[in-house]
Amino acid sequence: MSDPTIADAAGCAPQGVAIALAGSGGSGVMTAGTLLLAAAAKAGSYGLMVRTSGPQIRGGEAAALLRLAHRPVDTLGDGFDLLLAIDWSNIHRFADEVPLGANSVIVGDPDAGDPPEIYAGSGARYVAVAMKKMAKAIAGSWVNMIALGLAGAAAGLPRSALEEAVRADGKRGDAALAANLAALGAGYAAASGFEPPLAIPHLPRAAAARPDRWLISGNEAAGVGAIRGGVRFVAAYPITPATEMLEWMAPALAKVGGTLLQAEDELASINMIIGGAYGGVPSLTATAGPGLALMAEGIGLAVASETPVVIVDVMRGGPSTGIPAKSEQSDLSFAVSGLHGDAPRLVLAPTSIADCATTTQWAVQLAEALQAPAIVLSDQFLGQSRAVIDRPADAGGVAERLIAAAHAPDYQRYLNTESGISPMAIPGTPGVAYTADGLEHTQAAVPSSAARDHRLQLDKRSRKLDRYDYGDRWADIEGDGDAAVITFGSTTAAVREAVARARAQGHRLKLIAMRLLAPAQTERLAAALAGVRRVIVVEQNHGAQLYRYLRGHFDLPARPASFHRPGPLPLRPGELQRALADWSSEGSAAA
Amino acid sequence: MNDVGVHSAALAPASFRSAIKPIWCPGCGDFSVLSAITKALAMIGRPPHEVAVVSGIGCSSRIPAYTSCYGLHGVHGRALAAATGLKVARPDLTVLVTGGDGDGYSIGGNHFLHACRRNVDLTYIVMDNHVYGMTKGQPSPTTEPDWDSKLAPGGTKIRVFHPLVVALAAGANFVARAFSGDPNGAAALIAQAIRHPGFSFIEILSPCVTFRPEQKEWKTQVHASPVEATDDPVRAARRVMTDDGLNVGVLYAGKRAPYLPERRASTAAVTELEAEFRL
Repeated sequence: MSDPTIADAAGCAPQGVAIALAGSGGSGVMTAGTLLLAAAAKAGSYGLMVRTSGPQIRGGEAAALLRLAHRPVDTLGDGFDLLLAIDWSNIHRFADEVPLGANSVIVGDPDAGDPPEIYAGSGARYVAVAMKKMAKAIAGSWVNMIALGLAGAAAGLPRSALEEAVRADGKRGDAALAANLAALGAGYAAASGFEPPLAIPHLPRAAAARPDRWLISGNEAAGVGAIRGGVRFVAAYPITPATEMLEWMAPALAKVGGTLLQAEDELASINMIIGGAYGGVPSLTATAGPGLALMAEGIGLAVASETPVVIVDVMRGGPSTGIPAKSEQSDLSFAVSGLHGDAPRLVLAPTSIADCATTTQWAVQLAEALQAPAIVLSDQFLGQSRAVIDRPADAGGVAERLIAAAHAPDYQRYLNTESGISPMAIPGTPGVAYTADGLEHTQAAVPSSAARDHRLQLDKRSRKLDRYDYGDRWADIEGDGDAAVITFGSTTAAVREAVARARAQGHRLKLIAMRLLAPAQTERLAAALAGVRRVIVVEQNHGAQLYRYLRGHFDLPARPASFHRPGPLPLRPGELQRALADWSSEGSAAA
Repeated sequence: MNDVGVHSAALAPASFRSAIKPIWCPGCGDFSVLSAITKALAMIGRPPHEVAVVSGIGCSSRIPAYTSCYGLHGVHGRALAAATGLKVARPDLTVLVTGGDGDGYSIGGNHFLHACRRNVDLTYIVMDNHVYGMTKGQPSPTTEPDWDSKLAPGGTKIRVFHPLVVALAAGANFVARAFSGDPNGAAALIAQAIRHPGFSFIEILSPCVTFRPEQKEWKTQVHASPVEATDDPVRAARRVMTDDGLNVGVLYAGKRAPYLPERRASTAAVTELEAEFRL
């Protein structure tokens, strides 16, 4: 494996600029990063900010990793043009996440010591700026504002956009604002005084800002999607990295007449939302791997009792407590097969921050339409990153559930209909009361252990998911060629960038980014793979979980290849580009 | 609270029974509890479709399907969680939770604590027979330490769990003890519990004639509570700590306001929520 602190030669951030702001936790680098992103947005650009931090709440290491461009950005690049460190505390813990190259610049405070040895091999140029002293000279100012000015100027952002972002943040009084604007100005001015100048790419000035752009995190976007889909009841237990979705939803739900309940544990969360959904209110919970594991029995109840619920799993490094604040796509196997009994469920994965809204909304619609649990596999990268995006597409309104009418004659809750979907009676409706049951049951909802009833209900519950027409949304399919790259969820953008680079070098490649993972869309993938002779599956986990799942459920072309590695480091476009090149030359050799 | 005080002459206890035949052993105390629940619901007078009965797993947890109400027979130990979600999402319904001592005090213990504490307007009826009956006779949290069984030969040697004291300490708003052998008395207590705002907890001594035949003697041992209910949880706790466990009646009736999320009269459009993200 190559040195992860040295950036790929392919370039740090084509068509944009990549900046890492680092410092000890509480030093304000996250705020500076957020404001830098907001300033870029105000200047008409797009961008992405990935948060990286240790387990400590304060005093640990923290870095804001930004990539700014004139078009939407959904992945980090291969490295950073600028690493600006307020101090070097614990830099060794996340240096792997901030690769630098020969064209990169390191800005550090000489009073915080020399830049760490770890970057000696990168060839990056070091520039010393006494940021702390500069901040001290401006009474009441913060050093992160000096950093913001330096970084903003280095990226070529207009000073007015930075000032506007600081003003809009306006959490403190007038005096503090004036001090911070002064510090911002001092940092901005300092950046232009370097000789030779900071030769990092400037952000291209946007021609005209596109209308209706949003600044949002994936967790917030998932919350928007849930409410768009009609969710009005949420029960959940706090867990990293899902909590921000709940914190956004709590007041938002209240505004639309819904409720969020903090549960005593995840066993309660899942059963509370089963109760809410049984009562006729579209219901959701959000969690991470450990919580999903605790919910398994409850999700099985949702399957058996045919109660629609949505579980958003913001995946993190596992197993067990794993790496709570870092991303990994390693809950896929659990999501698609981790329930006892034969338990058909829906599993979806958003392919970008904006898609967190669209896919979560779709998940609510599918769960409600199919009276089944839907698991949405987001992850820490999508959930906790903040991006400038175009308004997320509406997945088509509020979910609709097939409801039993009052006094429906001969009502049977679990009637074996052709579609497998049977009308659900909502408590309060006269003449159709029934008992929803996790026990196997007859069509009339009477508990039964008869072989005939078990077979009939198993068939019904799998048929309703298998027969449903999911349309084209099951995957994003781009490009053409006799070779295809298959991925899912948050790695999509990095794969897309690698595929684009490979295409630029003359390779013909098809990209298939799966959004609906279960039920397996066997025929649709077969159609997408028509004419494809070679396939490589790309994912961010140690066990090649998607690869194994695909081999179990789909007819793939001979000798499918796999590129997989665990988190917490994100899959980088350059790394994937090399993997695709190796795979391509193996293919040529075999031919 | 709602309109649960409205009586309807048209509703007899039988209106709340379904046609499904219980799986219970002949002589099981739970038959009488089912009867007491239907009588209580008839006293309350809300039609069956406005009542939901939620349960977990165990002999007594089979009750929802034996009523004509809406029922949710979920997984072991999670009835209170499911009922909490239902009541918070649908505050217009009357929600009863039924189960046994293993379901409520062992596997569901954490939910018991937090349901008491949260004080959602639920009525929790526990049929306590000091044994796991459905799995054929293992000790539960309320089983005496010296009770011999295959799983715990010679007894568990573990002191019993005291549900009423725990309920008081955790904040339940109404605590009563009833006896299945007196279905009319139990029905009156259940009706009182349903009418009482917030989380109401009724422990019903309900003999398991198969695995605890000695509990048949409860009928000669239970006695009415000699004193009036109190609204002082400390007094109530002292009383239940020192009684013989066979003291029947309302032991505590508190005045805490039930948990009910605020609901706005007018609601915002989803697009209004989106405004905060728009640049």
